[in-house]
Amino acid sequence: MLLTAVTFLPALGGLVLLLAPRRVAAAFKVGGLVVTLATLLLSVPLYVGFDGDVADFQFEEARAWMPDFGISYHLGIDGISLLLVLLTTFLMPVALASAWHAIEDRWKEFVVTMLILETGMLGVFVSLDLFLFYVFWEAMLIPMYFIIGVWGGADRIYAAVKFVLYTMVGSVLMLVAILALYYQHGAATGTYTFDLPALTRWVIPPGLAQNVMFLAFALAFAIKVPLFPFHTWLPDAHVEAPTAGSVILAGVLLKMGTYGFLRFCLPLFPDASLWFGPLVFALAVIGIVYGAWVSTVQPDMKKLVAYSSVSHLGFVMLGIFTLTPQGLVGGVIQMVNHGLSTGALFLLVGMIYERRHTRLIADFGGLWSVVPAFSALFMVVVLSSLGLPGLNGFVGEFLVLVGAFQTSPWLAAVATSGIVFAAVYLLWMYQRVIFGEVTHQANRSLPDLSPREWALLVPVVVLIVWIGVYPTAFTGKTEATLEALIAQVRAKASVAQ
Amino acid sequence: MTADLVFPVVLLGPLLPTLIVLAAGALVLLLDLLPLHQARELIGPVALAGVVGALLATLARWGTPGRAFSDMVVLDNFALFVNVVICYAAALILLLSMDYLRRSGAESGEYYALVLFATAGMMLLAAAGDLVVLFLALELMSLSLYVLAGLFTQALASSEASMKYFILGAFASSFLLYGIALMYGATGTTNLDRIAAAAAGRSHDPLFMIGMGLLLVGLGFKTSSVPFHMWVPDVYQGAPTSVTALIATGSKAAAFAALIRVLTVAFRGAQPDWTALLWIVAALTMTVGNVAAIAQSNLKRMLAYSSIAHAGYMLVGLVAGGMSGAGAVLFYLLTYTFTTAGAFGVITLCERARDEAVEVGDYAGLAERHPVLAAALGLFLLSLIGVPPLAGFVGKFYVFAAAVRAGYLWLTVAAVLNSALAAYYYLRVVVYMYMRAPESTPVAYTPSLAGALALVVALVGIVALGVVPAPFVDLAQAAVAPLVR
Repeated sequence: MLLTAVTFLPALGGLVLLLAPRRVAAAFKVGGLVVTLATLLLSVPLYVGFDGDVADFQFEEARAWMPDFGISYHLGIDGISLLLVLLTTFLMPVALASAWHAIEDRWKEFVVTMLILETGMLGVFVSLDLFLFYVFWEAMLIPMYFIIGVWGGADRIYAAVKFVLYTMVGSVLMLVAILALYYQHGAATGTYTFDLPALTRWVIPPGLAQNVMFLAFALAFAIKVPLFPFHTWLPDAHVEAPTAGSVILAGVLLKMGTYGFLRFCLPLFPDASLWFGPLVFALAVIGIVYGAWVSTVQPDMKKLVAYSSVSHLGFVMLGIFTLTPQGLVGGVIQMVNHGLSTGALFLLVGMIYERRHTRLIADFGGLWSVVPAFSALFMVVVLSSLGLPGLNGFVGEFLVLVGAFQTSPWLAAVATSGIVFAAVYLLWMYQRVIFGEVTHQANRSLPDLSPREWALLVPVVVLIVWIGVYPTAFTGKTEATLEALIAQVRAKASVAQ
Repeated sequence: MTADLVFPVVLLGPLLPTLIVLAAGALVLLLDLLPLHQARELIGPVALAGVVGALLATLARWGTPGRAFSDMVVLDNFALFVNVVICYAAALILLLSMDYLRRSGAESGEYYALVLFATAGMMLLAAAGDLVVLFLALELMSLSLYVLAGLFTQALASSEASMKYFILGAFASSFLLYGIALMYGATGTTNLDRIAAAAAGRSHDPLFMIGMGLLLVGLGFKTSSVPFHMWVPDVYQGAPTSVTALIATGSKAAAFAALIRVLTVAFRGAQPDWTALLWIVAALTMTVGNVAAIAQSNLKRMLAYSSIAHAGYMLVGLVAGGMSGAGAVLFYLLTYTFTTAGAFGVITLCERARDEAVEVGDYAGLAERHPVLAAALGLFLLSLIGVPPLAGFVGKFYVFAAAVRAGYLWLTVAAVLNSALAAYYYLRVVVYMYMRAPESTPVAYTPSLAGALALVVALVGIVALGVVPAPFVDLAQAAVAPLVR
C-alpha cells in the first residue's frame, strides 16, 4: 500500500485543491508545498525499509485490473527505481518553492498540474506492468505540456507543442512494440500478460523481431533522454519552461528515458541490447562531446545548462551500455547527480532571472561583490556539475568512465574530453558572471539570497556533498539490483545463442 | 400450382426499443399541434423520455436475442449493444438541443420528431438482418438527417449542408441499392445468412464481387470512409451543431454496425477480399482525415476531419477481424460517442458576438473566463487524442491490440503515427483555450442546465470507460460473439 500511497497522494491532494476557491493564491502555494512535503515524508520509509542486498522488487503490490487482457495493477521498486522515486519526491517541493514569486498567475492551476505531474512521474517509476507503465508514461506528458505552454517564456507554445509531438511519436511506436511483445510472449508461453517480471523471465528469441521491438522501445526512451540526434526538443522545452518546470524536466523527466533503457530495453531484449550496444555507445559519446561544445558557445545561461544536459545524459547512457557493474552503478548515480546539479543550476539561473529579467551572460559580471552567498552556492553547484572530486558528479562520471574503458578505451577517451569541456563551459560562464568588475549598473543593487532561497538550495547542496563524500548510502541500495540485471542480460543472451 | 404464401409470425418484441422511439416521435408531433403553450414545453422532455425508455427496453432485453419478420430484424446482443450506444448519443444530443435551439430561434416540434425518427432508423439499421431492411433503415435515418441538417433555414451554410448531404447521400443510396440488386441476382436472396450460405464456395463470382463492392461504397459513404468522405466537412460545418453531433455519433455508430454485420455475416466467405480492400481504405481514411484536419481553423470542420480519421481507426479494427477486432470496434464506438458528443456539446454552449463560436480563435482565453467549460473541452480533446487514462486511449488500445494480434503490424504503425499526428491539431485548440489571451469580444457561455447535464454524463462516461474498461469490453466482445463464428 505504501507505493500506492506515495504515488497517488499528490494527485489526490491536487483534486482536493481543485475544489478550493481560486481567490487566495497563497492557499495553493502552501497547499501544494504541504502535499509534496507529505509525499516526500511518505517516501522516506521506502528508503529505510528497502533492503539493498536483495535484487528483487520490493514493496510489491499486485491486483488484477483487466484480467481478460492480462493487465494488472502491479507496483514495485528495485534499487534503480528507489533512487528515482526519492529524487522525484525530493525535487518536487523544491520546484514548487522556487516558483513562489516566479509564477504570477493561475496558481491554482499551476499547483494542481504540478501535483498531477508528480503522480504521473512516480507512476512511471513504480509500474511493473507494461500497460500501466504506458498509461503513466503518456499521461504525464500532458501536465508538462501545460506547464511549459501556460507558464513558460516568450516562445512557450512552440516549445510545448514540439515537446509533446516529439515525445508522442516515440511513445506510440513503443505501444506497438508492447503489443507485439505481448502477443509473441503469449503465443510462445500460452500466458497472455503485460506483467513485466513475467515477460522478463521469458527468453525472447533473437533476431529481427527482437531487434525491431528494441528499436521501438529505444526510440521512445532515446527521445526522452535525449540521446543525440533526438535532442532538438530539449533546448526549446528547457529554456521556455518556467524554472520549476525546467527543474522537473531536467531533474526527473529526462531520467525516464535512461530508466526505460535499464528497466525495459536491457532485460527484455538482451540480444538486441548487445547488438545495438556499440551504436548507442557511439551516440552517447557524440552527445557528450556535442552537448559540451554547443554549451560552450551559448550566450544564454539557461540554454547553456540545457545543452549541458545532453552532455551529462550522454554519460548516463554510456555507463548503462558498458554493461559493466561500475558503468551501471555510475550511470544510475549520475542520473541522481544530474537531477540534483542541473536542477540546482536551473534554480540559480531562475533566481538571477527573477532579479534582473535577463539570462544573458554578457549582462552580468562581478556578482561576487554584490551577492556573495549566491555566488558561493553557485560555485558549489558548478563544481558538482563539472565533476570535482569530493562532490557528487565525480563519483558518477568516474565510475562510468571506469566501465567505459573496459568496454572501448578509444571511445572512453573521447568521452573523457567531455569532462574537460564541462570544466571549460561551466567555469568560463561562472567567471564571466561572477568574477571581475561589475559591468552593469543595474547589477549593483541586486539583493542576495532570501531565506526562502536558502531553504530550497541548502538541502540540494547537502545532498550534493553527501553523495560526493559517502556515495555508498545510495550505491549500496542499487548495486545488488544492477549486478543481477547484468547477470540476467548476459544469461539470457547466451541462452538464446 | 399455387405458391404457398407463408405469413411470418409477427413478433413485435424485437422491435420494441425502436417502436418506443417511433411512438415518442409521433407523440411529439401531436404535442406540437396542440394549441396549448404548455404542451410545447413538454416536447423536449417527452422526446428524451422516449429515448430513455428505448434505452431501458434495450437493456432489459440483453442476453435474450430475438428474430422477427423471417429474420429480417435480428435483435441480438450485437444490435442491443449498438442500440445502447445510439440511445446514449440521442439522449445526449436531445439534452444539448433544448437550450441550443431556443437560443438559435429554431425550436420546433419537427426537430425533435426528426431526431427521434433518425434514431429509430439507426436502431433498426443495427438490427437489420436483411439487405432490404438495411436499406429502409438507412433511408429512414438519412432522410431525417438531411432535413435536420437544413434546419437553420436562415443560414446559407445550413441549407448548403442539407443540399449537399441529400444529393451525395442519395447518390450513395443508389449505389447501395444497385449493390443489393446485384447481390440478389448473384445469390437469389437478400437475407444476410442466406447470402453467406449461397456464396459459399463461389465468392469469386463477378456479380457477387461487384455487388459487394457497391454495397461497400454505400456503407463507406455513411461511415465517412475515404474516398467517400467529401460530404463530411461541409455538412458537419453547416449543420446545426447538435445535428452535427448526431451525425458524428449516432449515424456513424449505426453505419459501422451495419458494415460489421454485412461483412462478418453475409460476406464471411469473402473475408480475404474485403480485408485487402479495407486495409487500403483504413490507411487512407486515417491519413486523409488527420492531414486535412491540421489545416482547419473552424472547429466544427476540424472535428469533421477528425471524425473521418476516427472512422479510419475503426476500420483498422475491422481489418483485424475476428471477435477481438469487431469487439474492439464496438467498444471504440462507445468511447467515441461519449467523447464526440461532449466536444460538440461544449460548442453548443459557447457563443461569441451573438454568433455560434466555431472558429478555433474564438476559444482564445476560454480557460480564464470559463475554467470548467475549458477543462471539459480539454478533456474531450485529450480523449480524442487518446491520452490515458481517458476512454479514447483504451478504445485505441483495443483496436491496435486486435490489429497487432492479427498480424497487421504496418497498418498499426500507420495508425499510431496518425494518432500522434492528430495530437497536433487537437492540442491547438487547447493552446488557444489555455495559452492565449482572450480577444476583445470573448466567448460567452450560455448557461444551460440540460446542456451541463449532458456534459457531465459524457465526462463521467469518458473517465469511467478509461479507468474501468474491462466490463464494457467484455460486453462488446459478448455482443460480437454471435456474428463472428
